[in-house]
Amino acid sequence: MSNIKKIFIDKKISKSELENKNNYFEIFKKKGFPNKKLEDWKFLDLNYEINNQIPNLNFVIKKSKINKNQILENIPINIKEFNYVLNINGFVEEINFSHEDKSFINIETNPDKKNKIISNALENLNLAFNLDYLCINIKQDYKVKKPLLILNVIIENIKSSNINKKFDIFLEKNAEISVLNLVQNNSKNNFFNLHQRFILNQSSILKNYFVDINKNQNLNYIKTDIEIEKNSISENVVISKNSDYCKNEIVCNLLDQFSSAFINGIIDLDNSQKHEIRTRINHLAENTKSYQLIKCVLNNQSKAVYQGKIYVDSKAQKTDGYQSSKAILLNENTEFNGKPELEIYADDVKCSHGSSSGNLDENKIFYLMTRGLNKNEAKKLLIDGYLMEVIDKITDERIKAIIKEIIKI
Amino acid sequence: MREKEIDKLKEYKYGFTTDIENVKSPKGLSVDTIKYISKAKNEPEWMLEWRLKAYERLKQIKEPNWQKPKYPKINYQDLYYYSAPKSSQSKPKNLEDLDPKILDTYKKLGIPLDEQKRLNGIAVDAVFDSVSVATTFKDKLNEAGVIFCSISEAIQKHPELVRKYIGSVIPITDHYFATLNSAVFTDGSFVYVPEGVKCPMELSTYFRINASQTGQFERTLIIADKNSYVSYLEGCTAPMRDENQLHAANVELVALEGAEIKYSTVQNWYPGDENGKGGIYNFVTKRGLCKGDHSKISWTQVETGSAITWKYPSCILKGDNSVGEFYSIAITNNHQKADTGTKMIHIGKNTKSKIISKGISAGFADNTYRGLVDIFPKAKNAQNFTQCDSLLMGNKCGAHTIPYIKNRNSDSNIAHEATTSKISEDQLFYCQQRGLNSEEAVSLIVNGFCKEVLQQLPMEFAVEAQKLVGISLEGSVG
Repeated sequence: MSNIKKIFIDKKISKSELENKNNYFEIFKKKGFPNKKLEDWKFLDLNYEINNQIPNLNFVIKKSKINKNQILENIPINIKEFNYVLNINGFVEEINFSHEDKSFINIETNPDKKNKIISNALENLNLAFNLDYLCINIKQDYKVKKPLLILNVIIENIKSSNINKKFDIFLEKNAEISVLNLVQNNSKNNFFNLHQRFILNQSSILKNYFVDINKNQNLNYIKTDIEIEKNSISENVVISKNSDYCKNEIVCNLLDQFSSAFINGIIDLDNSQKHEIRTRINHLAENTKSYQLIKCVLNNQSKAVYQGKIYVDSKAQKTDGYQSSKAILLNENTEFNGKPELEIYADDVKCSHGSSSGNLDENKIFYLMTRGLNKNEAKKLLIDGYLMEVIDKITDERIKAIIKEIIKI
Repeated sequence: MREKEIDKLKEYKYGFTTDIENVKSPKGLSVDTIKYISKAKNEPEWMLEWRLKAYERLKQIKEPNWQKPKYPKINYQDLYYYSAPKSSQSKPKNLEDLDPKILDTYKKLGIPLDEQKRLNGIAVDAVFDSVSVATTFKDKLNEAGVIFCSISEAIQKHPELVRKYIGSVIPITDHYFATLNSAVFTDGSFVYVPEGVKCPMELSTYFRINASQTGQFERTLIIADKNSYVSYLEGCTAPMRDENQLHAANVELVALEGAEIKYSTVQNWYPGDENGKGGIYNFVTKRGLCKGDHSKISWTQVETGSAITWKYPSCILKGDNSVGEFYSIAITNNHQKADTGTKMIHIGKNTKSKIISKGISAGFADNTYRGLVDIFPKAKNAQNFTQCDSLLMGNKCGAHTIPYIKNRNSDSNIAHEATTSKISEDQLFYCQQRGLNSEEAVSLIVNGFCKEVLQQLPMEFAVEAQKLVGISLEGSVG
């Protein structure tokens, strides 16, 4: 216990909370970071990467002096135009819902008091060390006007090599929100562990996006849990591009009729980056729908992994599930691993998946070169066009503009 | 009471046991058992050493447990590893010398072993339990220079070939069941097709598991020398038994430069009764090596039997421009479980592979396609096409697709497609309107669903397989 107390240097936390956290930490210590012996991690071994990149892992949680204005200047977006939550080094610095009617938005900062038993090691790590847990509740029939930006900034010379963040968003009946998760990680060799949970009540709409702002040499693990009730829609787009190692895990539970889940993603890599998107969609009720499209572009020695699973319960008749993964390998040393999985227990379903990987079509490059483009321009045009299909799936135009600006398509 | 028994027998057409005295090895897995087998087969010293090496390795490794269908733990010490019909200790010279009861068994199965069926033009190396009983068409094959005999005979007569190739595709250091087979394999077929020879007929073998409590450990080795061609058929049936029986065979194919091997299987082992009691565990390792350039290996399988089928016929495409193909139909009904698929390992340049898998699941069954397409960095211009379709009947069964795709070469192309569907009411209605009853209609639709694979089977098998598709699904509709 004294062990864990030392970690929380600047945080005042109650004894019972500390005890909970200690329990989670003990479970994590027992399990360690996931390695390739686990089926879900067999392609990208996190334990190996951590040992390699962060040999001196420490969890010290200490507030350091920061210059907020300077940090905001460095962000390429004028965040004042939006609702935002600003997290610096894991601590919540500012919450701003100035564009909204505040009586419809309820923000809690109390941590989850229930002591749950969770098997996922990284979730235990997160529960042990997450800071300033946020729970945002959107009241019935309220449609949040401006997108909510969740900005995670990590400064250059941070002491801790592991930041854990956790937040939940509850949408009551008929509510609607767009969320954009942004990470600006200026440090080196840091492990950022983000867990987000969305609960969608009847007829609500969630649009959830993720993107890294700057190129960085860090490790990211983002876990997203989405519970979808009757008539609700969840849309997710993941842009996985800038960090050295990134694993996005999205679990959607389609709990009631006419609910639908969309997951789209881009993995665009260079050098020796290693990224993975893992999805699991559980169709648990009749007439549910899911759609997934993942596109990868790989250059130099990069490696991309897509593991997608559609599970159809025997109750979930009339399910419509689709999953597609495509990869362009531009270089001989790149590697693409795909595992598009179907697990089906109901007979009246329409489920299919497709996966393809290969190089750019030489004929297309030739065609563009005859029109006066040089080879690199031709390639870039083709790749941008290929990735645009995913960008076009972003239905929130304001966020689409931001993302296009960040990834420069 | 008697009527009940007759009914029970009716359910599984091939559920009869032949009453022949068996010679069995001591029970259990030990060095003594292996020595007993080796001695009984009069094997040379190097073979025994090889077996013992495999046994040493076996002691160090564990049974795999990642597969979908779980099964109760097998007590390997409770099995007999060798059982041979007694009468074959003084080997028969020709068919007339055979135990008439054995001949009768094959007759019930409809194997073309005797004169009248010789017209079918199939050379049969029938494996009765563990000892190869008779080999027909020897002369014609001898003329062409094709060696087709039991593996124990090959160990005696062609040790240089066996020694060179055995374990070259499935080494003794492979997974648990393959290693178990290496240690205790009893018999199987051996084929060698010399350079430039197109085997004049389809080669065929039938496996039957007869004695209770014997695991069947077959070892088949097929070698196609340069520019040769061979087509090999394997059919399996087993009589009805209540205890689960283990079948862990190893099949190794080696195709040298320009050679082509076509390997077809129709597996109709006892699937257990309606409540999932009994049935065969079919844990088979099948692997083909396209060793030379321009070689080709094609696997075709129709899996309708066994309580648990767990096998992945694979191709290692080592030679440049080599081709691997896999066509599969897996039908599971009642409580059957199948976890099957293939591995295509592209090592050479311009290698091509094609996978067509059709899974049909009814009753309480589970059907899984699990496959791997692995393209090595040096496999330039490798191409793969995979299609796996599943058909579900009822909402108590499951169909799963778990493909692994590993691409490490930028010049290669991989395409994968999978769909899951059911037989639509419209299709059934249409067929019934034309005068078919519902079962005939289902059989017709399913046959249409499987057509791409059935077409790949040699003529002799295609008819039988079509019937099997219908029989396996009896009682699954309505």
